[in-house]
Amino acid sequence: MKANDIAELLNEPACSHNTKSKSGCARPKPGETAGGCSFDGAQIALLPIADVAHIVHGPIACSGSSWDNRGTRSSGPTLYRIGMTTDLTEQDVIMGRGEKRLFHAIKQAVDSYSPKAVFVYNTCVPALTGDDIGAVCKAAAEKCGVPVVPVDCAGFYGTKNLGNRIAGEAMFKYVVGTAEPLPVPPEAQRPGITVHDVNLIGEYNIAGEFWNVLPLFDELGLRILCTLSGDARFHDVQTMHRAEANMVVCAKALLNVARKLQTDYAIPFFEGSFYGVTDTSMAFRDFARLLNDASLTERVEALIAREEAKINLELDPWRDKLRGKRVLLYTGGVKSWSIVSALQDLGLEVVATGTNKSTEEDKERIREIMGEKTKMITDGSPKALLGVIKEYQADILIAGGRNMYTALKARIPFLDINQEREFGYEGYSGMIELARQLALTLQSPVWQAVRKPTPWAKSSGLGVELGA
Amino acid sequence: MAEILKRNKALAVNPLKASQPIGASLAFLGINRAIPMMHGSQGCTAFGKVYFVRHFREPIPLQTTAMDQVSTVMNADENVIEGLKAVADKSKPALIGLMTTGLSETQGTDIKRLVKQFYAENPDFAHIPVVPVNTPDFTGCLESGYALAVKAMLEVLIPASSQPGKRKKQVNVLAGSFLTPGDIEHIKELVEAFGLRPLVLPDIADSLDGHLSETESSPLTLGGTPVSEIYSMGDSVATLVLGNSLFDAADLLKERTGVPDYRFDSLMGLEPADSFISALAKISGKPVPEKIERQRAQLQDAMVDCHFMLGFARVAIAADPDLLFGFAQLVAEMGCEVVAAVVPARANILQSVCAAQVAIGDLEDLEITAKNNGAQLIISNSHAVETARRLQLPLLRAGFPQYDLIGGYQRMWIGYRGTRQTLFDLANMLVEHGHHEVAPYVSVYSNRFGEVPLPNPLPQAGEGANEKGIFRKVNYATSASGSRH
Repeated sequence: MKANDIAELLNEPACSHNTKSKSGCARPKPGETAGGCSFDGAQIALLPIADVAHIVHGPIACSGSSWDNRGTRSSGPTLYRIGMTTDLTEQDVIMGRGEKRLFHAIKQAVDSYSPKAVFVYNTCVPALTGDDIGAVCKAAAEKCGVPVVPVDCAGFYGTKNLGNRIAGEAMFKYVVGTAEPLPVPPEAQRPGITVHDVNLIGEYNIAGEFWNVLPLFDELGLRILCTLSGDARFHDVQTMHRAEANMVVCAKALLNVARKLQTDYAIPFFEGSFYGVTDTSMAFRDFARLLNDASLTERVEALIAREEAKINLELDPWRDKLRGKRVLLYTGGVKSWSIVSALQDLGLEVVATGTNKSTEEDKERIREIMGEKTKMITDGSPKALLGVIKEYQADILIAGGRNMYTALKARIPFLDINQEREFGYEGYSGMIELARQLALTLQSPVWQAVRKPTPWAKSSGLGVELGA
Repeated sequence: MAEILKRNKALAVNPLKASQPIGASLAFLGINRAIPMMHGSQGCTAFGKVYFVRHFREPIPLQTTAMDQVSTVMNADENVIEGLKAVADKSKPALIGLMTTGLSETQGTDIKRLVKQFYAENPDFAHIPVVPVNTPDFTGCLESGYALAVKAMLEVLIPASSQPGKRKKQVNVLAGSFLTPGDIEHIKELVEAFGLRPLVLPDIADSLDGHLSETESSPLTLGGTPVSEIYSMGDSVATLVLGNSLFDAADLLKERTGVPDYRFDSLMGLEPADSFISALAKISGKPVPEKIERQRAQLQDAMVDCHFMLGFARVAIAADPDLLFGFAQLVAEMGCEVVAAVVPARANILQSVCAAQVAIGDLEDLEITAKNNGAQLIISNSHAVETARRLQLPLLRAGFPQYDLIGGYQRMWIGYRGTRQTLFDLANMLVEHGHHEVAPYVSVYSNRFGEVPLPNPLPQAGEGANEKGIFRKVNYATSASGSRH
């Protein structure tokens, strides 16, 4: 990928903070950086497309340590769960045989698994040696008769966030608009309901959580052409250009797809979230607003009234258990504000939140929801996090999987909120699961057991010193 | 305090109970060069033998007084005398265990008098202790029969004169029936780690641990507590009593010897293990070895790691009282809820079990209660395999018998190390069963029906994938007490 292509991706006009600098997201600092690379970001964004063969072109490290660790679910094909890589050897690299190997790898994937399409993810080594994956993909597509999409996302291009955008760019460039949606099945038509086509962008169906929400879309007469990319199919992505409205779900990462769909196909979009009662209702209202259908608005309001009444009743016993508990939220930034609203719905108090990966807009939004007093954490090192927990007397840390053991080793309750998690929290019913998981760890008798000093050494105070 | 539900039906379906004579036999099998002999029909013994052979995968010495039709009606006293004489003469055992059965108890035998009569008629065998014990199978269960046999051994073998503390390093261990050979091995290691010498009664770790030896065959037990050592229990510095069911026996030992005792209901879980280690530190006057502190820290880490899976988990347990108590306490310590608890017979410990209710019943009771209360996991013996299959729940095999799990008999459950592994296993079972997946939903507007998935690595069967119901209802959990989707 050329430098000016990267610069263009970093320049995201739809971002409100775009005027500030052209660096887009914060540049990684050597020795002080955690978080994934562009390859990671691109793979996360596209891997959930279930009927595609995802081939990682590179030596083993890229695929070997990342395949099959995503929590995303499919209702049908499971091809996406099969790890595929060219596993380049030293000989391949030295002798320049990477391209050849890639070509044969694509053919093998097509022959063995009959995918609807093949995505090829470029990584650092072949990017460095100069494999022309675009050309190989083109040749392989001709040979195999299956679309082969190059995703040029070598890790050294930049951050995970950039990788997300590269993925979006690849979809827009090679896939979107290459097929038409099928007609709505006649048996699904209901009198008085106009079916509207919509897309969800940046919805990954972690632990199947989107299935909590999808039935409500059906009820409202909203047909989802594509969820980019949770439980999606290649054909879904091809038809995204026919939607009447787009929702960018939480993640800003694929904003470029939404923006381009707006400029090239005049599809309006809004940003929203399905975490929490308030945000879920808001998302449906936003759809009704963009689609400008009076009957839909009416039905949306009726549905919201019904679902909110129902879920509030069911959440009451949980709220009793959770009320007043203090939360330190440390997520990859983009999810911060959407989770905050969900936690507030449950009566928890968010005392601090991580923002070092958040955009200016995310931060603004956090201030809006939580007030100016909220501590914004920029230093995400274990020591700093534990310091904040202590200072703000937080009862629980909510963060991504990699921070889990920071909390556990310090004998502090924890909730995993990232894509590796095993539980779905979206939608109205997802709130029950969220409440349940929070109560489960907050109320666990384990904490008391592990904080107690050993009976034969009563003086030593365990769980007090918070080492980094 | 747990509510105890009495047996309320005529038919026991899929029984959980093993009989008292079986339990008594097990206790005698933990004595070196011993042989248990059941006073009953030969079937009583044959079934018992098969039961233990299948569980331990070992040859099991077990004899019978072989009551037949005539002796059953007329008088079976002669069977006992003859039987004892034959065993003593032929095998020269160090101890003979003589337990009654339902048959001989119903007939009305005076087993203690018969032992006296045997010695009177055969003074040559005066040096072979015979331990009579009344263990009708119409009362109690394996655990109570075992406890009765332990008490009977103390009664017969412990001399009235004793010098507590004379053997400064010797610690008596009264080992309950909930302990496996693996457990007892670990207990001995722990006691030894404090510079003490354990004298375990009975010691099935030495006889039923499954070891190849030079002796190719023997009519007697190979290994176990030497009878000569039991005589010296009165000289020990302390007694560790493991299992509530043995507290009666412990009372007798304490009364007769004056050796102070430390009693434990369970050794599973952090707290019980802590009390055990504290007792050893106190008895020995030595600091807790670093190695054991490390094991404790490892358990704590495992508790923290596993609480995500085990918190609010709904557990069903069927086992003998001490084992049930131990498991219930362990899972409660992890934030689980015991939603079904079934024991085969009454016991003192039952009201202390960490569960709302404890039923005296069978595996059918377990199945019904587990189903009604939405259990997610079963802890019981191999007989519960079918129960678990019908309920589509994972089963952790524990207790007697374990027919279908190689090595199940020697698994170590207790202490920090054993508990840690149990927590891992329980957590893995819940993870593997994919207990909290959101059911797949296919939009009515999609054209994906009939999509054939590849063999799915995740358990999703029966969750309604691709079912063409319009507006399948969103499943909300129904209550805050942790019920499942």
